[in-house]
Amino acid sequence: MCLGVPGRVERWIDRDPLTGRAEIDFGGVKRACHMACVPDAVEGDFVLVHAGVALTIIDAAAAEQTLDDMKRLMAPAADTTGAGTAP
Amino acid sequence: MKHVDEYRDSAAIAAALEHIRRMCSRRWVIMDVCGGQTHALLKHGLESALEESLELLHGPGCPVCVTPAAVLDAATTLSLTPGVALCSFGDMLRVPGSGGSLLQARARGGDVRTVYSPLDAVALAAKQPDREIVFLAVGFETTAPATALAILQARELGLQNFSVLAHHVCVEPAMRQIAADPVGRVQAFLAAGHVCTVTGYETYHAFVHDTGLPVVVTGFEPVDLLRGLSVCIDLLETERADVVNAYDRCARPEGNPHARRLIESVFQVADVPWRGLGVIPSGGLAIRPAFSAYDARRRFGLDTTNTNEPESECQAGAVLTGRIKPPACPLFGTTCTPDTPAGAPMVSSEGACAAYFAYALSGEVTDA
Repeated sequence: MCLGVPGRVERWIDRDPLTGRAEIDFGGVKRACHMACVPDAVEGDFVLVHAGVALTIIDAAAAEQTLDDMKRLMAPAADTTGAGTAP
Repeated sequence: MKHVDEYRDSAAIAAALEHIRRMCSRRWVIMDVCGGQTHALLKHGLESALEESLELLHGPGCPVCVTPAAVLDAATTLSLTPGVALCSFGDMLRVPGSGGSLLQARARGGDVRTVYSPLDAVALAAKQPDREIVFLAVGFETTAPATALAILQARELGLQNFSVLAHHVCVEPAMRQIAADPVGRVQAFLAAGHVCTVTGYETYHAFVHDTGLPVVVTGFEPVDLLRGLSVCIDLLETERADVVNAYDRCARPEGNPHARRLIESVFQVADVPWRGLGVIPSGGLAIRPAFSAYDARRRFGLDTTNTNEPESECQAGAVLTGRIKPPACPLFGTTCTPDTPAGAPMVSSEGACAAYFAYALSGEVTDA
């Protein structure tokens, strides 16, 4: 139920605070979504969409940090010298 | 798909699993609250991969599962009322009420329609002014902004034929009930990341203070879940009861103020019955009197206060509170299957019973 799908803001269709919508690209599938909760989103931003409503702008820097943390975790497994340490 | 695929990387999952196994000095008991997390843990084989290190319990975070039979019965009645079309999410259509499911009502001639969004129901009402369009709204705080927006848009459009049969519930009061269970074994919670996207997680500081149980805001992809578990275990191993955000690309401390404002403008906190759990104080949201024109209960004189459930050996309540796991229910996998569900957790795509039936019944799991 609380499924959220990330998609890229392609273009704003309507900037009204209540009825505002934008076209969102979900990996090639495009759909108009309601933007009342993310009025500051700009084209190119990724947003998390739930039940047709964009709920938040995905923080690209935080996403990078998560992936960097993940790579550090993987480092000891790839490190045959045994010198790597998990965070 | 960006922000999905990179969190399903098999090498990263393997490394994180190994990291978690190394961290655990004992077999901790952790509850994931959201049904989406339950399904991801089972679908990607994470629960079985960590079986020796952790016991994962699955909480009540499946809105479909906790919607009382009385609400479903009211929806069924509406769908069979001439001139009314009942719209809801696909998940809701197969849940058994005391008089059958909405799908069965449709087979009897009821006007039942599946929509992806409450806003689609508003669009339908605008297109069909001669029909009463009722949206059966269930969901946690994640879904409530969409319902609130639907009501506000309907008012803006001057629609006279749109109303909502709402049963929105709030996560944190249910977590408190589980934490207070005298036979409960939960030692820490993975909080539902998408609920926190809306509500934030500042309220969990009081929860942690009151219960002494750590809370980690957690996402839904395999790497997110393992990150959340890893943070959780770190808190447990170091005996720190705290709130930590392990889903910071989406969840912020204050949540989304725009979404919160939508909820607060249309809804007020109310004592709400949860199927299998009883009435939870402040456990849900009711439509404010100022929007009573859009409240299907008032519009059609519906009474959904009856909390009696159809008699059954179904152990849904015990499953939803983590007292038992689905295979411990006498009906699981025998008389109760996704085709012939005895309880809502077997119906919903996020129900714990359906997850165990799909991914864990035979001991087989799918690869990430």
